[in-house]
Amino acid sequence: MQDVPLFWYLALGLFMFTTGAVGVVVRRNPVVVFMCIELMLNAVNLTFLAFARYSPTLLPGMAESPQTWMTGQMMVIFVMAVAAAEVAVGLGIIMAIFRLRNQVDVDDMSALRG
Amino acid sequence: MYNVTPPSIDWAMIAPVTLVFVTGLVGLLIEMFRPKQNNNTIVAASLTGLAIAFASLVGQLNSPDGETLAGMILRDRFGILLQMALVGVCFVSILFSESYLREKRIPFGEFYPLVVWSTAGGMIMVASNSLLMIFIGLEVLSIALYVLAGLSRQEQKSEESALKYFLLGAFASAFFLYGIAFWYGATGSVSLDSIAAAWSLNDVMTRNLLLFGAGLMLVGLCFKAALAPFHQWTPDVYQGAPTNVTGFMAAGSKIAAIGVLFRVLTASTDLSQVWLPALFWIAILTMTVGNFAAAVQKDVKRILGYSSISNAGYILAALVALIKMPEKIGTSTIIFYLFSYAFMTLGVFAVISLTAKDGKEGTRLSDLDGLWKRSPLAAGALVVFVASLIGIPFTGGFFAKYFVFSDLLTAELLPLAIVLAVNSIVSVYYYLAIGYHAVVAEEGTVRNETSPMSIGVQVACVACVIGVLALGLFYQPMMNLITGTVVR
Repeated sequence: MQDVPLFWYLALGLFMFTTGAVGVVVRRNPVVVFMCIELMLNAVNLTFLAFARYSPTLLPGMAESPQTWMTGQMMVIFVMAVAAAEVAVGLGIIMAIFRLRNQVDVDDMSALRG
Repeated sequence: MYNVTPPSIDWAMIAPVTLVFVTGLVGLLIEMFRPKQNNNTIVAASLTGLAIAFASLVGQLNSPDGETLAGMILRDRFGILLQMALVGVCFVSILFSESYLREKRIPFGEFYPLVVWSTAGGMIMVASNSLLMIFIGLEVLSIALYVLAGLSRQEQKSEESALKYFLLGAFASAFFLYGIAFWYGATGSVSLDSIAAAWSLNDVMTRNLLLFGAGLMLVGLCFKAALAPFHQWTPDVYQGAPTNVTGFMAAGSKIAAIGVLFRVLTASTDLSQVWLPALFWIAILTMTVGNFAAAVQKDVKRILGYSSISNAGYILAALVALIKMPEKIGTSTIIFYLFSYAFMTLGVFAVISLTAKDGKEGTRLSDLDGLWKRSPLAAGALVVFVASLIGIPFTGGFFAKYFVFSDLLTAELLPLAIVLAVNSIVSVYYYLAIGYHAVVAEEGTVRNETSPMSIGVQVACVACVIGVLALGLFYQPMMNLITGTVVR
């Protein structure tokens, strides 16, 4: 098998996840912050798929059960569906804010503090 | 390709969640056909549906533990009691919502379906052993709450709170999911039952995957349950969201998050020597940060936000004790605490919601001045809730804290017990401030406005007062009810 080893998939996933997490903390535009969260979710999906694909080598005892690797692929479908629902709600909220104040920078959101 | 046999379904077991979901759908249909400017039908339908769901939960209280849908739905006493608490919280929130939404000029009918679905999400969370179901439940709960937090569309505060809640909630979900991915890698399944078996394989790689996953999940769950150091969103979101939504959020999402935390932690007790110290420090930090930050606040909703953080810390302390000595300490303390917390928090928010009048709302401490004269019943109820939050004997809050304290001593966690005691004393200061402003302080030159108490608010307040007092005066029968002990 000339495949790429599992390690590199996990490493790429971790890199994407970290990039996303740093982006959430650093970036100021809610749309970009939200894109960073999507990047994190995609990293999760990649990790799920990599584990699903490599489950025969990783978990020799359960290799033959299709349930084992199908679970991972199923999770990805659910994550994508939920992410889509979150996009709908999130963009709605950002739109509502934009209507109220014509700009959406998170640094200027300081009506709430104590 | 594959022969997949559909799993058997025990309809009775999934009836409560289904009923709550259907209630939401019915509410939405009524909203579609309703006569304009009247939400009473939706309120009545939602309350009826919730009452039926509650009755079906009561009916299952003494049923044997079991699982259905291939282990995705679980029935045990812990799950059923927390589901009852969630349905109750939703019921009371709906009771005091209608008049508040009307006074605040946001009488949108979609509030009711959303809050009902949010409850259903929480109910899925606390009664499942499958991380997939827990994740779905978590998202159903959260996505509805994001919308609800931004319900007051003309108010910058509300939208800001919705955005903050949304971004941090989605961020936390990503951490939680990444943790699930690693647990899946280690066990080949998303069921919590498989953790112990995978750990006992004694394989270094598997164990590392499990530990890494556990850390990520802990971060995600700490965000959701508002535990320090992941709590900063809480006061902002609580202050900005409409008061009835905040009340539901404070009680409902806390119950669900603690329920999941309990499930995840008990499933992974093998990993406990690694994360128990972490939880120990998180508990200390959460109790302390919550209390000291609350003491300098001027806004009632912010105070309650910080108070909910410190209460989460107390519950986490009880959870640490439970995980440390599961054979000596049962789940009853946590359940008792969550019940009493739900009653007193919802009660306070029901009273605070009265400060909304004619589209304006004042939630600063000084806005409560003279409440005693304007509405004696509201002020009296507020005094009971504050007494319970402080932990004055013979209220629910006192026994809740007392049980946590005695659990901590049983589990030989003296440092946590001391921190809890000190924090309870600190908390007297800011809770008393709420009581002082409502009962003692006179109004200044500017007159404060309070909307009249509608029947819904009255019933909600009285129900919460009864709940708080019943948990205090009849704590032993209540404990028996929770643990399922039969008394002759």
